[in-house]
Amino acid sequence: MIKFVLMVNQQGQTRLSKYYEPVELSKRAALEAVGVRCCLSRGKHQCSFVEYKDFKLVYRQYAALYVVVGVTDSENELSIYELIQNFVEVLDKYFSRVIMFNLDSVHIILDEMIQNGHIVETNKSRILAPLTAIDKMADGLIREETPKTEL
Amino acid sequence: MSDVVEKTLTALPSLLSLDSQPGSAKLSSNSKLGNLIRGITELTSKHEEEKLIQRELLLIKEQVSSPNTTMRQMKELMVRAIYCEMLGYGVSFSYIHAIKLAQQGNVLEKRVGYLAVSLFLNESHELLLLLVNTVLKDLQSTNLIEVCMALTVVSQMFPKDMIPAILPLVEEKLNHPKEIIRRKAVLALYKFYLIAPNQVQHIHNKFRKALCDKDPGVMSASLHIYLQLIQENPEGYKDLAPSFVTILKQVVGGKLPMDFNYHSVPAPWLQIHLLRILSFLGKNDQSTSEIMYEILDESLRRAEMNHNITYAILYECVKCIYTIHPKSDLLEKAAKCIGNFVLSPKINLKYLGLKALTYVVQQDPKLALQHQMTIIECLDHPDLIIKRETLELLFRITNDQNVTVIVEKMLDFLRISEDDHTTIDLVGKCFHSVETCYNRISQTVFLNFSLRVRFDSVEEDKKLRLFAVNSYISLLQGDASKLPQRFLQVICWVLGEYSHLRDDLEPDVIVRLLAKLLDMKTSSSETKCWVLMAMTKLCPGGAALALVHNVSETYSSSLDTMLRQRAQELEILSQDSELQAKVLPRSASMEPVEVDSSLSFLDGFVSEALAAGAAPYKPPHQRQEELSRSKALNLEPYGLSLPISMSSCSITDRQSPTLLSISSGLSGDSTDFSHKGSSTVLKLDGVKRLWGRDGYLAQKEPTEEAPRIEAASPVRSADQLGNNNSQTPTPTPTPECDQEKQQLASSLFVGLASQSSICLMGKSDQPSQRFRRKTKASGSSEQITNPLVFPSDGSDNLLYKNLLDSPDLDGSPPEQTPGLDAPNGACDAEEESTDADMKEIKTPPIRDEHVTAEASPHHDPDGSKDPSLTSHLPAELSALSHSKTTTLFSKQNLDVSACHVQKEDSVVLVVFISNCSDSFLQQIRLQVDSEELEVSCVSDSPSEELKSHSVAVCQYFLTVKRPSVHFDLSATVSWQPPAGSPLTTQFSYRLPLTAFIRALRLSTEEYGAKWLAFSHDTKQNLTLIQGGRDPLAATLDVLKRKLQLHVVEVIGVEAIVACCLQQDQPCLMHCRMHAGMLSVWLRSPVPDLPDCLLYCCQRALQEL
Repeated sequence: MIKFVLMVNQQGQTRLSKYYEPVELSKRAALEAVGVRCCLSRGKHQCSFVEYKDFKLVYRQYAALYVVVGVTDSENELSIYELIQNFVEVLDKYFSRVIMFNLDSVHIILDEMIQNGHIVETNKSRILAPLTAIDKMADGLIREETPKTEL
Repeated sequence: MSDVVEKTLTALPSLLSLDSQPGSAKLSSNSKLGNLIRGITELTSKHEEEKLIQRELLLIKEQVSSPNTTMRQMKELMVRAIYCEMLGYGVSFSYIHAIKLAQQGNVLEKRVGYLAVSLFLNESHELLLLLVNTVLKDLQSTNLIEVCMALTVVSQMFPKDMIPAILPLVEEKLNHPKEIIRRKAVLALYKFYLIAPNQVQHIHNKFRKALCDKDPGVMSASLHIYLQLIQENPEGYKDLAPSFVTILKQVVGGKLPMDFNYHSVPAPWLQIHLLRILSFLGKNDQSTSEIMYEILDESLRRAEMNHNITYAILYECVKCIYTIHPKSDLLEKAAKCIGNFVLSPKINLKYLGLKALTYVVQQDPKLALQHQMTIIECLDHPDLIIKRETLELLFRITNDQNVTVIVEKMLDFLRISEDDHTTIDLVGKCFHSVETCYNRISQTVFLNFSLRVRFDSVEEDKKLRLFAVNSYISLLQGDASKLPQRFLQVICWVLGEYSHLRDDLEPDVIVRLLAKLLDMKTSSSETKCWVLMAMTKLCPGGAALALVHNVSETYSSSLDTMLRQRAQELEILSQDSELQAKVLPRSASMEPVEVDSSLSFLDGFVSEALAAGAAPYKPPHQRQEELSRSKALNLEPYGLSLPISMSSCSITDRQSPTLLSISSGLSGDSTDFSHKGSSTVLKLDGVKRLWGRDGYLAQKEPTEEAPRIEAASPVRSADQLGNNNSQTPTPTPTPECDQEKQQLASSLFVGLASQSSICLMGKSDQPSQRFRRKTKASGSSEQITNPLVFPSDGSDNLLYKNLLDSPDLDGSPPEQTPGLDAPNGACDAEEESTDADMKEIKTPPIRDEHVTAEASPHHDPDGSKDPSLTSHLPAELSALSHSKTTTLFSKQNLDVSACHVQKEDSVVLVVFISNCSDSFLQQIRLQVDSEELEVSCVSDSPSEELKSHSVAVCQYFLTVKRPSVHFDLSATVSWQPPAGSPLTTQFSYRLPLTAFIRALRLSTEEYGAKWLAFSHDTKQNLTLIQGGRDPLAATLDVLKRKLQLHVVEVIGVEAIVACCLQQDQPCLMHCRMHAGMLSVWLRSPVPDLPDCLLYCCQRALQEL
């Protein structure tokens, strides 16, 4: 089971965090700081999985960005490792033109992929379908046309 | 695939860079968040961040409550609030506004409102009730996007008590024409099942409908529910097993639309999901398991691309196979798969392999045996997580025979572990291991805990110590005479340090207990010392004081100085409790002691001594040099007699101090060994001169090889030297390091099984060959491909088509089918070979062309095998210079020989495995490892089957990890004779450093520049080659010829020489003739290389 997803930059600053188990706000910062430090301190040739408390961290680095996923021991780490890649490929597909850090959009994408700690969708076009539909509608509203609902 | 990654990599930094593009529709809404993030990124301290966020929060607070704020602005404010809360600053004031936004906003605003709610609130938050109406309204909306959003938020969080209010609406959506709505409805029902299973009891039949939905997305969503249901009650869903199998078959067969593929693998996560479900269903159920065998077999075979995700599937597959009712051939294939994992050079795969192995050894501990050497290597892996996983594995195979070693290993890890959780977990496992095994061991192990484990939390620490004290006291109250001395010493230490933790116990009691130990006849004086020390720490009063006094009096006249010393201490400190507290403060024992390794505190003493006329300190190499220079004079008469007789000369020369004083760097860590060696030397040679002081030899004996050669008879050593002349490595029975590992292996894996009945591991290299690659089916040699091996039924064609992504390939050309079977080694090939016609030789589907199995009977079995073996050298190597072929072992009709070939830039080890028997040998597997060398396969283990009187050839690329005078390779070969159980033999092969040395051609200027840059150096005087008119030229000539050194320039009596170790590790040498000797100075950026090379030069010059 997936416990949380983090996106962190190289300085260890959190860019996105999503928890699938209730964690108190006060404890999140500490968890993120320590967990992320674990990942950042590791070399390129070291294993991409780290043990942290009673769970495992699976991380993947993309230039200055780290994606860190906390999973339970029963999870298949390698499949999570590839899930990160899939997630990033989806982001890449969506953000190819509007280059900006849209916290809300990234969250919406993540919501489509993972729910309650389980992988619910991995098909890229289906992950993006709701978001692109919303975008189309928003565009339509701006142009004051009749909104079309299409998914 | 790499394109995608690259694109991703280039796009991502821009995701982070917050430059907003003018003209973009989203500019206004995001630039404020952008500013905030940018502002925070630039800050340096936590304090500044806090200030900035507080300011931001005030701003947000003000704006959200303002009546003039539009929904659009509200959306933007919410995103900022989300960001602030993510950084750990509570934004509870905005929760209600998030709900309002979800209620009143239009599409995107609404979505952000829902998003904020799902991030801010948890399931039990009371504000969530306010959302119910909005959700109800949206579920009934005609706008599909709104329905979709509502379902998304419901499947993330919903108040349990309100489920009945929306359940009919959600159920209704299960029949919606749009797949996305149906899918989300299923996920919402899954959520309901998770939080309130009773509420959805009546709609289980609807789950079945979802499972049969024509859309794969809806179907896979329903699997979440079924995984949960089946996990809780596998019996209730056995009837679904065939359906899941069919679904998996379709997925694996590529029947899903292309957009479900991930890197050309069809819906991998769905496959994993299904495999998990199947393993729950098949557990302890033979008939259900039987339905799955076929598809599991197919999954194993089809996961053939060398991509992480296929390995993730394989892992799940292996787990499933080992969970369900066993089927032997599937188990074999799965075990082979694990072999591919653990042997993989990719560390993530290795990790997963260990994890899989940990899982499967619980069902079949014998599997660990097959991988014992790999496991031992992983135990020393630099990456802690690998080490940790290995310990986990060992923990699963603990039995009373190996518990001590395994717990020792765990304790070793505890010493380096810094993580509290790991420590507690491991300690728990240690205890568990110990508890299940014999009591005696538990004591030994337990004492180690108290010594070694340091908990970060004081509480745990205290508990553990108290536990130790209690158990030791009870031990001493019993019969202590049978406890080992070492253990008694630890008991003393622990009681001395920690018995004060027991408030209810007077120190007198413990002193009496300890005094008992002194009276025991079996106690050694060392133990007695510990007893006295413990008494000193306890500082008893009252009656025990008299006892202490007695004791100290008795032992202050002891013959043992240490004991006397301790008795004195006890005497003095027991009378002065103030002094005692000062000298031995409580609880200070676990504080690390600081050691000043530079001995700077002696500076004053040294300068005083120097002033008083003492000789200044000389570093070891300087001393050595001077020593050898002075000794060299003694040797001159013998030096002259060098060329007379080869054998006598080499023996005399062996004893020359010049050889034996070779280098400092090497002798460092092998003192123990050379000690043993030196004593042998002294016994055997009857040396007359120079060896009066044994200590000298012990210190200076640098090589591991010398003692062994000297131990042999003169004739033998002459032979060996002859061999070395032609640079042939001498086979060594068992090198030290290898032996150690073997020992460790035998102690770790003892009691698992005598010998595994099957040797499952196929290939030793990474399973990296692409499935598309064709076998050289019509090879040059007499290979006959067994048509039985490659069943080409329709499903294969389908897969083939799918994986190749080429729709135009309708038929499946028979010559291409072999490629399909390749992924996990030749599972099929191997299996069927037993039934197949024994006369046929068959190559496994994917084999490197280098592996050739040729029929070539030995015509002269008793003669030298060398010529016939050399003819087996692969064509591209046969032209190059190779060492003499050495027979490594010959047993049970199997001969293994090897030689190494020196290529321009590398060294290739060629191993010949010849079958001298009249029958087939099967499942031949070869694994080669080395501490100092990196071994990579050119061609992996030989063919699965070796015809009678034929030879298989394996090649390995060798690269140097760290320089050494010799490189020892250890290899394991296992094979299966036609009758009887499989056999395994270990052997080793030794290569000299010279095999890796190549000339380095550079100019004098380049040499000069490099010389200064290199940090590791060594200096030494070497014997010059006498006789000729120009000894320097003659000597250089020998070095050039034997070691391939490149002479850069010769200026008068000086010369500069260069070489390199495998292209990129240069070593420079400066030679100067001086007083009849050749002073050489070697420099290199590589540690140990100068020392090792110096040794080689010395050998080269002496073996003339």
